[in-house]
Amino acid sequence: MLTFIIVLGIVLVLAILYFIFRIGNLVELVKEKDEDISSSNSVHAYLFMLFMIAGLVGFFWYSYAHFDSYNLPVASEHGEVTDYLFWVTMAVTVVAFVLIFIVMFWFTFKYRYEKGRKAAFFADDHKLEIAWTVIPAIVLALLIFSGLRAWNDITGEASKDAAVIEVIGQQFFWTARYPGKDNLLGKHNYKMIDASNEFGLDLSEENTWDDFKSMELHLPKGKEVKLVIRAKDVLHIVFLPHFRVKMDAVPGMHTTFKFTVTKSTADMRSETGNPNFNYEMACTEICGRNHFAMRFPVFVHDTVEDYENWLKSQEAWLKQNPDYLKYVPAEKREAAIVKAGIPADSQEAIQAAVTVTLN
Amino acid sequence: MATIDIHSQTATPHHDDHAHEHDHHHGNFWTNYIFSEDHKVIAKQFLITGMAWALIGGTLSVLFRLQLGFPDADLSWLKPVLGGWLTPEGKIDPEFFLALVTMHGTIMVFFVLTAGLSGTFSNFLIPLQIGARDMASGFMNMLSYWFFFLSSVIMFISLFISTGPASGGWVIYPPLSALPQAMQGSGLGMTLWLVAMAIFIASSLLGSINYISTVINMRTQGMSFTKLPLTIWAFFFTAIIGILSFPVLFAAALLLIFDRSFGTSFYLSDIYIGGEALPNQGGSPILFQHLFWFLGHPEVYIVLLPALGITSEIIATNSRKPIFGYKAMVGSMLFIAILSFVVWAHHMFVTGMNPFLGSIFTLLTLIIAVPSAVKIFNYVTTLWKGNIRFTSAMLFSIGLVSFFLTGGITGIFLGNSAIDIQLHDTYFVVAHFHLVMGSASFFGMVAGVYHWFPKMFGRMMDERLGYIHFWLTFVGVYMVFFPMHYIGIAGFPRRYYSWTDFQVFEGFADLNMLVSTAAIFTLCAQFIFLFNFIYSVFRGKVAPANPWGSTTLEWTTPRNPGHGNWPGEIPAVYRWPYDYSKPGAKEDFIPQHIPYSETPESNLPHENELIKLELNNGSINIEGKEGKDDKH
Repeated sequence: MLTFIIVLGIVLVLAILYFIFRIGNLVELVKEKDEDISSSNSVHAYLFMLFMIAGLVGFFWYSYAHFDSYNLPVASEHGEVTDYLFWVTMAVTVVAFVLIFIVMFWFTFKYRYEKGRKAAFFADDHKLEIAWTVIPAIVLALLIFSGLRAWNDITGEASKDAAVIEVIGQQFFWTARYPGKDNLLGKHNYKMIDASNEFGLDLSEENTWDDFKSMELHLPKGKEVKLVIRAKDVLHIVFLPHFRVKMDAVPGMHTTFKFTVTKSTADMRSETGNPNFNYEMACTEICGRNHFAMRFPVFVHDTVEDYENWLKSQEAWLKQNPDYLKYVPAEKREAAIVKAGIPADSQEAIQAAVTVTLN
Repeated sequence: MATIDIHSQTATPHHDDHAHEHDHHHGNFWTNYIFSEDHKVIAKQFLITGMAWALIGGTLSVLFRLQLGFPDADLSWLKPVLGGWLTPEGKIDPEFFLALVTMHGTIMVFFVLTAGLSGTFSNFLIPLQIGARDMASGFMNMLSYWFFFLSSVIMFISLFISTGPASGGWVIYPPLSALPQAMQGSGLGMTLWLVAMAIFIASSLLGSINYISTVINMRTQGMSFTKLPLTIWAFFFTAIIGILSFPVLFAAALLLIFDRSFGTSFYLSDIYIGGEALPNQGGSPILFQHLFWFLGHPEVYIVLLPALGITSEIIATNSRKPIFGYKAMVGSMLFIAILSFVVWAHHMFVTGMNPFLGSIFTLLTLIIAVPSAVKIFNYVTTLWKGNIRFTSAMLFSIGLVSFFLTGGITGIFLGNSAIDIQLHDTYFVVAHFHLVMGSASFFGMVAGVYHWFPKMFGRMMDERLGYIHFWLTFVGVYMVFFPMHYIGIAGFPRRYYSWTDFQVFEGFADLNMLVSTAAIFTLCAQFIFLFNFIYSVFRGKVAPANPWGSTTLEWTTPRNPGHGNWPGEIPAVYRWPYDYSKPGAKEDFIPQHIPYSETPESNLPHENELIKLELNNGSINIEGKEGKDDKH
């Protein structure tokens, strides 16, 4: 019933509007105005001025008053560079934007129709045209070259002692794989993926034995990190907003991104005054139903030592899944047990178990 | 009908009693209105189909904006429409949200701003403005529309299937779009999407080939390329871009069809999904992105150039001034058309492609900003010292320039690969392209409708409703897209169903609500236009022969031109299309078909030289007189 009344109300309002419009039309006919130009012409000129002023005031006011709500604190070395470029570009473009915006709406106001005035026959002016081709070209060239220098630094090779971490995207979560003591990520093969071996570790290769899994991305402060990125199913994108890091995760391909974090989680907690602050990683490539929920927690240790201590405290994946020793060739199994750090007291039991499953 | 007669007596200041105003309709209803080969009828078919799609596309956007702006709202009242796509709590299903986003993009980019804009105005204006009786091939032109119609039907049906329409984003990146196990929409919905787009591409190619051959071959006597209105230049470049780029999308879609249905691995490799490892190896999902954006980027200009052409014409006419820098305008469009083919990978800076390629594409991308800036400066200078009449079309054209400026500026950030790392796939991108390409082109299309409505239907649209429509839409569009810049700078990713899972994205509930409210208002304002359009087709004031005092040839035709456009000879052309407010001239415009010999008072020295040519060449002279007779 309520719906019916609402619908009826809307219909009535529309009908009234229609009749007002109809009557207005008829009245205009009776008046028999024979003017080329609508009498409201100047109204638009004033409205454009109003729009221009209100728009610019609103733009500057919001940008100033709410700076903290849209300016995300930066916490990486290259991020400071790209942020600087961003704000330089912002300064240059805002000046250009404001000038053109004002000039354009001023012209629409100043040169609004006046009876009897004749417009200027001004078809071209080569000096003017050359000027506004060359000046933007020079300004853009400056912006491009500072941008390209930063881009080359960011995309350059990571240093050899960078901490290597693999990040794997899948519907709809992330996992991280750390290389263990040898600092080398072991081989993987997507055909070896199963419910437990989610990385698809190829255990015949010795570098895999001490790799470990983490459901949280741990990073050192002040040490270069090289992310090695892949996806298992569809495209994802690694996005670390505070570190200004973004890189596709592509099935069948490795991508990399190197960066150095400058603020630990604790630093950030004191800087933002939010004791619950946590870094986060998100996905920015549409990947399916829960695309919006691919949150990966990130923790940045205060010092490199802290980070290394954390690394040491983690158990190798093989240690957590000792039954996968069966995929290690028999002659290497002994070495694998040692490298994975499987304790001596459980070794015999494991050996026995593996032998049983193999038989 | 009595009121209409009153209109015609009172509202036509020019005494153009077209005695020969009769329609050359000889066929029956089917051949005249449905399977017509008349370019004007086909243009109207494109326009009306495009308008229907625009309403659908706009409604879809309001649906997903409801979720983003009012995440806690109970939408159960939409149950009769959305049915199973609502969760039991009355929220939009997350997968359906992605379907809405995808179909909104697809519909707006292809069905509204490509077919609705180019299809309408290229068809309508090319023969009328170059002085041709019809397109080079009327039959192909008709096929072009009906392919588009078929494509529309298939795309429309895909909205209603139980697994939902395509939902992998309008860019349909595989593997998501290739694997039905990845999301429901990648099943039948995606198949229908691909089939519809394949047919759409055929339609677009048929149209483009026609536009190009018509412009090259069928210009009337005297209509050299340098005398073409900028609209025609824009449609001409657009058609060339379309012919060169759409086939690449076709190839991309075809390979995707193979991957989906015939077990090939063009885009698939090393995939483990749904508990099994797929056999596909050796393909690359990035290959698809290269192919897609090889169309996708030129597509931006396919959408934008016609709008810029329309705007050039409208701004010059209503400023009563020649367009400033005609040659620079043509040159910058040519330059944009060429460069549009070598910037595609700026959509892919963070795909892991070779960083050196990223540098090259940054460079080329920022170069394309120069001709775009030149166009803005030329528009602004055209306004300078004009005598501006704010018709609805003029208002929308000024709106276009304003969006082109606001949205174009942010392109300088995004084209710079180092800055793009942070901004890629955030709301900053959404704000950028919705302003520079979406809203600008949409405004161009609406401006075109207001401006050429009198030629299309022989009646005027209501100006007051046009004004209300403009101001609501202009302010509305800024309210929708300007706040998105802030949301984007804060890093909010696009295509997110909700923000509650992240601490870093917890703010901006206020701005999101503002954006959604503005989107709803802006959509509502379009119904004013729709009403105005339908009302004016039947009951608008009868249009005078040349309501805007325009110089181009279409206004020399009868009020309702029949098939063939001019009842007598086609007028010849003697001058460029921008002789507005020429010093010494009697009126503030001199149409293109008036020979210099008739305007000694306003001729420039070099134009007096041309009179001899006019007089020496008998045929031109005779046609010139007939052209004049047509007018008066």
